[in-house]
Amino acid sequence: MEPSLLRYIWTHTWRQQLWIVAIVVLSMIPYYMSFDLPKLIVNGPIQGGGFEKPGATQTFMNIAYDFPLIGHVEFFSGFQLGREQMLLALSMVFLLLVVINGLFKLYINTYKGRLGERMLRRVRYQLVDLVLRFPISHFKRVKSAEVATMIKDEVEPMGGFIGDAFVQPVFLGGQALTALIFIMVQSFWLGLIALAIVAVQIVLIPRMRRRLLVLGRERQLTARELSGRVGEIVDGIGAIHINDTSNFERADIAARLGRIFKIRYDLYQWKFMVKFINNFLAQITPFLFYMIGGYLALEGRLDVGQLVAVIAAYKDLPGPMKDLIDWDQMRQDVQVKYAQVVEQFTVDRMLEAKQQAITLDAISPMAGALAAVNLTMHDDGGAPLVEHVSFEVHPGDHVALVGTAAGGADSLGEAFARLTQPISGRVTHGDSDLLDISESVTGRRMAYASSDVSMFQGTLRDNLLYGLKHAPMRPKTYDEGGMTQRKWEIAEARNAGNPDFDILSDWIDYESAGVKGPDDIYNAIRPVLEAVLLSRDVLDLGLRSPAHPARHTKLVEHIGELRSALRARLEKADMSGMVVPFEPGSYNREATVGENLLFGAATGPELRGKGLAENPYFISVLRESGLGERLYTMGLDIAEQAIELFADLPPDHPFFQQLAFMTPEEIPTFQALLQKLKGKPFASVSSDDRAAIIALSFAYIEPRHRFGLLTDELMKKIVDAREAFYRNMPDDLKGAIERYDPNRYTDAASVMDNVLFGRLSHGQADGAERVRTMVCEILDEYGVYDEVLDVGLSFNVGVGGRRLSGAQRQKLDLARAILKRSDFLIINRPLLALDSRTQDQILRNVLEEVKRGDRNPAVLWVVSAPAMSQYFDRVLVFDGSHLVGDGTNETLRSDNAIFKQLVS
Amino acid sequence: MMLKEEVGMLRQVPLFSGIEPAKLKLLAFTSDRVSYRDGQDLFRQGDEGDAAYVILSGEADIIVDSDAGPITVAHVEPNSIVGEIAILCDVSRTATVRARGPVETLRIRKDHFLRMLREFPEMTIEIVRVLANRLSSTTAELAEAKSNHH
Repeated sequence: MEPSLLRYIWTHTWRQQLWIVAIVVLSMIPYYMSFDLPKLIVNGPIQGGGFEKPGATQTFMNIAYDFPLIGHVEFFSGFQLGREQMLLALSMVFLLLVVINGLFKLYINTYKGRLGERMLRRVRYQLVDLVLRFPISHFKRVKSAEVATMIKDEVEPMGGFIGDAFVQPVFLGGQALTALIFIMVQSFWLGLIALAIVAVQIVLIPRMRRRLLVLGRERQLTARELSGRVGEIVDGIGAIHINDTSNFERADIAARLGRIFKIRYDLYQWKFMVKFINNFLAQITPFLFYMIGGYLALEGRLDVGQLVAVIAAYKDLPGPMKDLIDWDQMRQDVQVKYAQVVEQFTVDRMLEAKQQAITLDAISPMAGALAAVNLTMHDDGGAPLVEHVSFEVHPGDHVALVGTAAGGADSLGEAFARLTQPISGRVTHGDSDLLDISESVTGRRMAYASSDVSMFQGTLRDNLLYGLKHAPMRPKTYDEGGMTQRKWEIAEARNAGNPDFDILSDWIDYESAGVKGPDDIYNAIRPVLEAVLLSRDVLDLGLRSPAHPARHTKLVEHIGELRSALRARLEKADMSGMVVPFEPGSYNREATVGENLLFGAATGPELRGKGLAENPYFISVLRESGLGERLYTMGLDIAEQAIELFADLPPDHPFFQQLAFMTPEEIPTFQALLQKLKGKPFASVSSDDRAAIIALSFAYIEPRHRFGLLTDELMKKIVDAREAFYRNMPDDLKGAIERYDPNRYTDAASVMDNVLFGRLSHGQADGAERVRTMVCEILDEYGVYDEVLDVGLSFNVGVGGRRLSGAQRQKLDLARAILKRSDFLIINRPLLALDSRTQDQILRNVLEEVKRGDRNPAVLWVVSAPAMSQYFDRVLVFDGSHLVGDGTNETLRSDNAIFKQLVS
Repeated sequence: MMLKEEVGMLRQVPLFSGIEPAKLKLLAFTSDRVSYRDGQDLFRQGDEGDAAYVILSGEADIIVDSDAGPITVAHVEPNSIVGEIAILCDVSRTATVRARGPVETLRIRKDHFLRMLREFPEMTIEIVRVLANRLSSTTAELAEAKSNHH
């Protein structure tokens, strides 16, 4: 990037800058005219200049010019106006000028603002673009939070400055000059005084501000370091807790903040000192005007109208002057910041832009062999990782890399994935160095997975398909309004030098996953998830989450059939007791009392949890059915039993997990409540206390808690109350609940709950697992298995995928690599979070899966256990940084001492 | 069957007979009621022991795999506890327990059981007493068997 900010701005915006300067110059005309007018008004109509005789008139709006050669030309002879009429006319002109000046200002400011924002967008984009092209080794030295701060915060003030870069000096300089000239014209000596003071300001103030710049730069650096440190603390929070170093971190942060405070305080001191001096100088001038100008007026050498005009004009001088000095300060400040940022983003061996050029065309397969040619690699400390290694991997080869611990095998994996650069030698494909091949080829025809997984925040689906998003493959179709918006987006992107790729297009390259489009993507996803043993996790996620009715239409449509199929299947397997279905007219003993009352899924807070016991309509239903008192007694009973059971236990006791009614912290509250309510009749209990006690009863499930509180009569009453609840439900509650309906999908409930449409019976050995298996079979038979997978894939993985387990993340990374049907699959000690038996299983699955559909990509697998090399045609053995064996598993076993030692 | 009755059943089990009812109630509440159908295994030989079972109703066979195939060595009746050895001393299951007809059990999880022992020493002492009794009777049986052998 251009190191000089002004030149950078000029290169990209000179047309606009010239335009705005022209507008500013144009705006000077009415601006100057508005200076002259007060004098005309005061001297003319008000003081009576030119109206000495009664009935005298003056010419208004005479438009006539003297041209050279042509002579005097009169365009309009003007009106003849009397004194009052003249006052009115001139005042109107004044008003008109005020409006015109205001409109000019509005236009100029808006234009400048837009210009600045466009440039800011351009700068930020270019910086991110550079980050995307940094050599990978550079990221060992930069802190992500610092880069983010530079792009987000440090260039921000540039946005404000860019619009003003050229306009401001012209505009303000013009204003100041206009004012100064005007003063000069009115009175030469007063003008000279003003000029002298201005000269002092121009020379003195910037000098004083030099220290401010130094402090400003320090402030920028310390603030950036602070955000880097905060980022480190967040990333390393585990290590901080483990080592009890939180106070060390506190001390470090406090010290930094102290330093930042000192710098900022210094800055304030200087800033206000400079301000004081600047203001003082600006105030000196009117003092001299009043004294000297007044004296001249008394002497009669200056008329009063002139003095008023000079003072009025001077009012307009300190403002522009101050702003002009501020502009200069801003310019230097922003230039320093800009240079700082540019310096940070200037890195050697930056990837060339054409390496990442976007292409929508299909990339032809990488036909030739991939080869390491005399490859030598060192770690950052200079220790050799790989020394003079040469070998070839041909299309279709399955090669295992086996190495002693900390050997060259992993480094080779990284070199083949272009993650590290060799010291000497190279990795080649055909005749070209792999590092010179465009990313559109390597990124589409090669795949890589390791145990060092990076995930982006988003859904599982986003992360799984991430390896297929190379280009906007299928443009989004817009309606008319959307198209207008889209066209605007494209135009603006171009104005700011941004690319106009549509993020809303479908970026997924379905062909490279071996399918035709979004409709059959699951034909690719399913076997891949199966191969890495992730499909069960994803399916369970799907079963536990609610579906999106608009997206998962089949599931919603067939829910009735699914439910009856499950019912029939359970019956057939003699397992019908395992699930107790919801039936509109009867009590479900395996569900809570609350669920039985509601017989629906709460969709809003009104009827959820404690809200239910406090809801006025619900309370009225309970009262009318006489159930309120019954549930209250039941709640008291539960409270007593729970307290009897748990009162002696410490709050962190694991037994509390069994207690669904209250948290350990609430036990003393309920103890006190029980004391208070003992023997009190129901009618005299306050409504808050009632709600608290009744709410306890809602969580009760007889077969689970076994307190013996439910009778047939009570169950019937609850079912009756349920009917009454729905019969008279007010409209505002209708949106807060979805009633269970055997033929309708319940949006707010999980997929599993929807299919079961009932509750698992408590206390059936292996019940949950057997029913789950059955549900999965039915989902598959009815063709909605993929939709449930899709529900599971909508799970948000969290920052860096942290909501997944380490093993799940590594499986997902591997799945992402094999989903892309590449020519060269490089797998570098994957799945280290898994036990070796599972690793072995997945390895065999993957080798099988990559061959699906008559494909035969080359596989280069750095195995984590030497025994795994038995599944490969060819094995490369590393001893430290040296390649010491190359052959089949059998030959190496008999001939190669190191391999023998590794395998044994 | 409700908590109160379960407590009554637990008191019939020699291991728990000396423990005060309030503690037994907590043990019962934090345990799961699990029912088995005829032929279903409560647990299998070689599995990791994660729970003990109190038989509330029904009967179950204790089966040991031998070289000659599975042999039923004993059967258990209501009010008896099975699987307690494995959770006390971290060994895998020494036998399979299979339901003969429908069986109702109270499944006491290992960590809950150990936690109760830690927190209520009187319960531990009771268990030690029962185990010591068992040991002395086993020793007596062994001595008798040895003297018969000679």
